[in-house]
Amino acid sequence: MNYEDYAVVMKGIVKRFPSVLANDNVDLFVKKGEIHAVVGENGAGKTTLMNQLYGLLKPDKGEIYISGKKVDIKGPKDAIANGIGMVHQHFMLVDNLTVAENVVLGSETAKSGFLFDLNEAKKTVKEISEKYGLLVDVDAKIEDIPVGMQQRVEILKTLYRGAEILIFDEPTAVLTPQETEELFEVMRRLKKAGKTMIFISHKLNEVMEISDNITVMRLGRVTANLKTSETNEVEIARAMVGREVVLRVEKPPHKPKEVIFEIEDLWVKDNRGLDAVKGVSLKVRAGEIVGIAGVAGNGQTELVEAITGLRKVEKGRVTFLGQDVTGYDPRKLRDMRVAHIPEDRLKHGLIVQYPAYYNLILGQQWWFPYSSRGFLNHKVIFETANKLFEEYDIRPRNIYMFGSNYSGGNQQKIIVAREINAKPKFMVVAQPTRGLDVGAIEFIHKTLIKMRGQDVAILLISMELEEIFSLSDRILVMYEGEIMGEVRPEETTVEEVGLMMAGKKLEEVRA
Amino acid sequence: MRVSALPRFWAFIVPVVSVIVALLIASVIIIMIGKSPVEAYTILLKGAFGSSSAIANTVVKTTPLILTGLAVGFGFRAGVLNIGAEGQMVMGALMATLVAINLGSVPPFIAITITLLVGMLAGAGWAAIAGYLKAKTGAHEVVTTIMLNWIATYLSSYMVQVPLAVGSGTPKSPEIAPNAKLPVLMTVGAINMNTGIIISIIAAILLYIILEKTTMGYEVKAAGFNPYAAEYGGISISKNITISMAISGALAGLAGVIELTGVHYRFLGTLSGGKGFDGISIALIGQNHPIGIIFAALLMGALRTGSNEMQFAGIPKHIVMIIQGIVIFLVAADRIIRTSMVIMDKKEKTAQETKKFVKRAAILSVVTVVAMLLSRENLWSGLGKFGYYIGKVFWVIELVSLLSLMIVVVLYIISAVISLGMAYSKRKKVKS
Repeated sequence: MNYEDYAVVMKGIVKRFPSVLANDNVDLFVKKGEIHAVVGENGAGKTTLMNQLYGLLKPDKGEIYISGKKVDIKGPKDAIANGIGMVHQHFMLVDNLTVAENVVLGSETAKSGFLFDLNEAKKTVKEISEKYGLLVDVDAKIEDIPVGMQQRVEILKTLYRGAEILIFDEPTAVLTPQETEELFEVMRRLKKAGKTMIFISHKLNEVMEISDNITVMRLGRVTANLKTSETNEVEIARAMVGREVVLRVEKPPHKPKEVIFEIEDLWVKDNRGLDAVKGVSLKVRAGEIVGIAGVAGNGQTELVEAITGLRKVEKGRVTFLGQDVTGYDPRKLRDMRVAHIPEDRLKHGLIVQYPAYYNLILGQQWWFPYSSRGFLNHKVIFETANKLFEEYDIRPRNIYMFGSNYSGGNQQKIIVAREINAKPKFMVVAQPTRGLDVGAIEFIHKTLIKMRGQDVAILLISMELEEIFSLSDRILVMYEGEIMGEVRPEETTVEEVGLMMAGKKLEEVRA
Repeated sequence: MRVSALPRFWAFIVPVVSVIVALLIASVIIIMIGKSPVEAYTILLKGAFGSSSAIANTVVKTTPLILTGLAVGFGFRAGVLNIGAEGQMVMGALMATLVAINLGSVPPFIAITITLLVGMLAGAGWAAIAGYLKAKTGAHEVVTTIMLNWIATYLSSYMVQVPLAVGSGTPKSPEIAPNAKLPVLMTVGAINMNTGIIISIIAAILLYIILEKTTMGYEVKAAGFNPYAAEYGGISISKNITISMAISGALAGLAGVIELTGVHYRFLGTLSGGKGFDGISIALIGQNHPIGIIFAALLMGALRTGSNEMQFAGIPKHIVMIIQGIVIFLVAADRIIRTSMVIMDKKEKTAQETKKFVKRAAILSVVTVVAMLLSRENLWSGLGKFGYYIGKVFWVIELVSLLSLMIVVVLYIISAVISLGMAYSKRKKVKS
């Protein structure tokens, strides 16, 4: 076949990681001189695909053509030689060097053989920046300039190395709306100059604004190839979140009782000190599952951590059982019967160097009868562990193995067993089935429904829309730290929620 | 329950194998300087355990090492790297001195108790500074404890040179009140074996109980293994850091008081003499296990006592340093030994390799020992000059075979690592 009209063709790309098929027979066609968007949820395989194009990963299978010529890209050097440049999500810049120095770093021109020619570098960088309208101060140090300008330096770096094809990996994730607009201006100018660009994003409005063609990915596969001018956000959202038939657990009707848990105008910062949760309010009643849907990284993690006492609440109020528990530490909350199934089971949920019987009392180790007068009661601990292993069918049936030696599904079962064994009144459940097989998913879903039947209040956070839809009594959609709207699963559609996940308020969607 | 039993077994086997390998390597060096390793090690052993005074000496040297080893080891279990045992030991001894010189009219039992407590509190307080700084500001304890070491060192050297100074010569404090001295278990020659050894063994047992049987131990270890999960499990990390540092410092302080009240009876600038730093290597060799630390400290104490005897026999005592260094290296790089152990019961190909290795190693060992015996000069002295050369020839054979033995061992370990790596990656592929 003739691929000469295409700047980049990736054909039948397969990339397998130990636990997941990241790219499953992916085809990508990028025409010369276009801005091509690759969209999909986190974990859809977009970045993996781009890392293969840039030589950071090697495909297990598949072919890559650049301008119609088959190439074998062994590393970023080969990619650069083929005119490919990558603007990384996390900038690869040296903070205490100047803009010019950063741009030429690694391919410096030398004066009389071996001396670094700074003036020559400055001149070249200035020329390029003026040609494409990338305004930078070549003498400024990276640490002194704003993020938007740092990104321009990244772009300059690729242009300096002669890139004809530029990959932008979620470039707007770190930018303010104004900086985003400036970036788009630069991209349009680059397009005019004949450059080809691949734009990775999960923000649909941006994709609609800047791209010419769109490739949509989901779970490692391409689910749609769309022309931007002939499509709309709904169609993209549908392709992004998928419409596969889901196994839905039987959910008997159950009347929720009084409000057990409530947050009002909650503000939380992320690790970088930026607002991650911006004034979220919600209520959870006894015997009710409230689901929070959203693309990963929209403040859900910070919300969960703030509720469970792992992160500081900047502003707002958390009420539990009618008591103000804002700023309570995990120990106090656990004593009040708040349970938490954490998003990251290896980071928060388990101490993998501890045997299972110890993991089954984590967060309850100071409770009687596990502990009395400061001493652990190993006999009771072993009995409890054996009982829970039977009850939750945790395999292998050996409570003495280290946490790290159980499979992911059984690790999750250990956590679920432990948290439910704490007889909670309120449970925060984050990503309870991530990476689990169908059997384990079904078991955990059934367990959650059972807890609901026993009048436990449950707040469920999940990236899996199917999970949210099949378990929740009410669905809240979170986007950039805010609640976009509240819907009931029986009164909404996946498209509607998908649009809210992409940043549209419920009123806008239904308008 | 093989899976859970294995790590414990390894924890024991790694130091033992390390010591054996270290002795082997050091024997090459001993041969190269023209001495017999068998003789050197015999003298070393005799010097450490050969007489009652040797044993007493070893015990006295071991006592503070157990405590500093426990101090560092407990810190490691709790996830804090206490490099400041040295400074905590100095502060413990110094503060205890200030109190103990004034306890003349107090009955012995109370005087000793007060002195020990003051020393422990001083050590704990000194360490808690670093713990508090880490908990509140995130200042890394390695940096702060090292700085605190220097402060303690210079503060103590000022104290013994100015306010506390007595006599001439080495700066020293006045002697402590007799009632504050630790009871002597046994006096052998010039050496008083004091009750400190009992105190330190009790400390080790107590620490074992705390770590393995109490809720506090559960929380301390949890925080050391995975602070995120610990915090999730209702364990306050900042509280834990401060407490762990304080306990660690109390143990180091205790080491200082025991040196004061059991050995020197006065504060000297050289009282700690690097024993705080030795605690790091001892904790490592003892695999941070309280009982393991007792044996590791005994090993170090014995090596040091025995090395003096070796020196008298004309074998440099620095050989002991080499042995120590190699042991620590091997224990720290325990993967090398663990991996070769795993290989030993893996698959046929490696089994064959292992068989071959064992055969070669056995032959080379026999050759080495035989050559070693035959190279003794007096054996051939009847043959005059010719005999001298024969002796030298055997000496060369001995050296060569020992070197090849080492090469065989190293090659085997390398091949073991490679085949394990391959087996591992294969398993990974099958899984996915």
